[in-house]
Amino acid sequence: MSWACILLPQLALDGVLRRHPQPERPFALVTGPAQKRVLAAVNPAAERLGLHAGQALAAAHALSSGFATLEYDPDDVARARDFLAAWAYRYSSQVGAVAFNGIAEDAIVLEIGASLRLFGPWPRFERQLREDLTALGFTHRIAVAPNARAAWVLAGTQDGLALTQPPTLHTALARIQVAHARLDAKTAQALHAMGLRRLGQLFAAPRASLAQRFGNGLLEHLDRLRGDAPDPFPLYRPPDRFDLRLELPYEIEHSQALLFPVRRMTADLGAFLAGRDGGVQRFVLHLEHEDHPDTEVVVGMLAAEREPSLLFDLARGRLEQARIPAPVRGLRLVAEELPPFVPAGCELFDERSSQAMPWTILRERLRARLGDDAVYALAPADDHRPERAWRRTPLPAGTKSEIEPAPRPTWLLQRPIPLRDSTLRILAGPERVESGWWDGGDVRRDYYVVETSSGQRAWTYRGVGETDTPFMLHGWFA
Amino acid sequence: MAAALKPVVALDTLLSDRRVWRGRPTAALPTPTQPTGHAALDAVLPWGGWPEASLTELLLPADGIGELRLLLSTLARLTQAGHDIAIIAPPYLPYPAGWRQAGVDFAHVHLLDATPRDALWASEQCLRTGCLSAVLSWPMQADDRALRRLQVAADTGGAMGFVFREARAERNPSPAALRIAIDNTSSDGPAQLRVLKCRGGIAPVRPLPFSIHAPIHAPVHAVAAA
Repeated sequence: MSWACILLPQLALDGVLRRHPQPERPFALVTGPAQKRVLAAVNPAAERLGLHAGQALAAAHALSSGFATLEYDPDDVARARDFLAAWAYRYSSQVGAVAFNGIAEDAIVLEIGASLRLFGPWPRFERQLREDLTALGFTHRIAVAPNARAAWVLAGTQDGLALTQPPTLHTALARIQVAHARLDAKTAQALHAMGLRRLGQLFAAPRASLAQRFGNGLLEHLDRLRGDAPDPFPLYRPPDRFDLRLELPYEIEHSQALLFPVRRMTADLGAFLAGRDGGVQRFVLHLEHEDHPDTEVVVGMLAAEREPSLLFDLARGRLEQARIPAPVRGLRLVAEELPPFVPAGCELFDERSSQAMPWTILRERLRARLGDDAVYALAPADDHRPERAWRRTPLPAGTKSEIEPAPRPTWLLQRPIPLRDSTLRILAGPERVESGWWDGGDVRRDYYVVETSSGQRAWTYRGVGETDTPFMLHGWFA
Repeated sequence: MAAALKPVVALDTLLSDRRVWRGRPTAALPTPTQPTGHAALDAVLPWGGWPEASLTELLLPADGIGELRLLLSTLARLTQAGHDIAIIAPPYLPYPAGWRQAGVDFAHVHLLDATPRDALWASEQCLRTGCLSAVLSWPMQADDRALRRLQVAADTGGAMGFVFREARAERNPSPAALRIAIDNTSSDGPAQLRVLKCRGGIAPVRPLPFSIHAPIHAPVHAVAAA
């Protein structure tokens, strides 16, 4: 295994600056309590003014007033880290955010050994990673080592180092200064005071006395650096839900004007689904209003889909029918359930034209306009009562139930009506249907096939024992 | 030279396409691709069956006079071959037990509820996309323009469209490739089919006898007849 560590020395600043309209102007992130405001990070333009991280805000203002400030937000940093982990996930199935000492560090690691076949060799892969990161706007340092912790330490000392063999790693580690070995500050200081300047000296020192003086933590760190001890850490897993929010720069009152941002959001959803090789069956579009509860536009499908153009098409269909009670300030797209996606199978030599739209897509388009229940299938049910011998299902399904031996009509009246005709001719019958005394739908009827004077053939019944009541029309043999 | 010859259509293709009207009927019928299942009807239709990728209009004086029986064998053949069909805004509930007796596989039958206006839109969509091989539709208010749209959609999607309309629409012109009026049994005579129009052929002058119903094998009990 080979691990690459991408160190992000300016994660908080980059996360803010990449959204900033003027990143080249002096800018600083501020943190700390109101009485003691401190600069958390500054950009190069601010650095030229003499500002630096850790400086008191009052001192910075004394130096210059021409810089913008923003509150440092730990959640924002976590979001940026998640974003980068999601980005790295497309290059490797094993991605971790570094949190070796219990604190999340501004670095991500990814296993590259298995990805080299696809993206490699390493110099090309590395160039690809650096191009991506530069395009995304993140300052970075990259190093490769046989284990993640060593890669993390090496990335801190030298950018672009790639060591894949344990012996060379040991040599390189031995030369690293104790101050740069990612030890906690107290231990590093104590070791420095003892005259132990480089890791090589530590490796050579007797283990028992090191453990006695500094506890097991130090030995563990050293063993894991050299790959002598296992180093478990949680791997990144793509989230199981999709939640994207977009704040609109101005208020929108018409659904037509919402289509552009909705198209971008459904495209993002499609890309996300393709990344996790899944689909979506139901998603909700929240329209956020000022002083009004959100309008929810629910887009539901009968089967999982992930084609961005289809998702947009369906969202548009539902959006056009939705009533928008107030101007829209923001949009949010939430997909909670992301079922697996099974692409529809096609025949190799399909006789139908290649432009033909599959039925599943047509069905969703019809449902979007006609209503969720408008498209259905009928399945025979195992019951002798005609009213219950069928059921509506959203999707057609194969059936194994027996075909009735007695004649059955092709049209059924949902509600039987009296058939008034003086010259009825009985063709078949009676056929007794008696069932349902146990479930309240008691039926006792004698069914006849009759022919009317105009040549129509009808399926009619009389209650059992009745002789002079009119026939009740229940169906047509059309 | 070769490039100049390219758009020339072979005479055989043109004739078999039935785009050119020829004074007298041709001797040999082409192999029917969509036989109707009614030999007398197949014999008079120039395609030897239903016109493919076209609209067929069926005109009925009343519901339940055999309009489905005319189609059921075709629908049974299509669904058993795994082709999907759609039924849009039917006047009654298609009773699965009855359709299955005729051999229709309901796993390939899709039904749509729609208002008269939406029914036309849905029919056009279903015909145009080309994933359905037959579309049965009962548009309540279909005028010449709406039917023309359906005919174009059927042509685009390569689907067979069947439109059921009232008999009094017979007088109006229609862009459908085939128009058949069904007459029910009356004092004038037994049930019959009248082919009003068939594109690329001469509509037969004489009506065709049409047995509306399949023979019923169930016995009539003496008690019931009384």
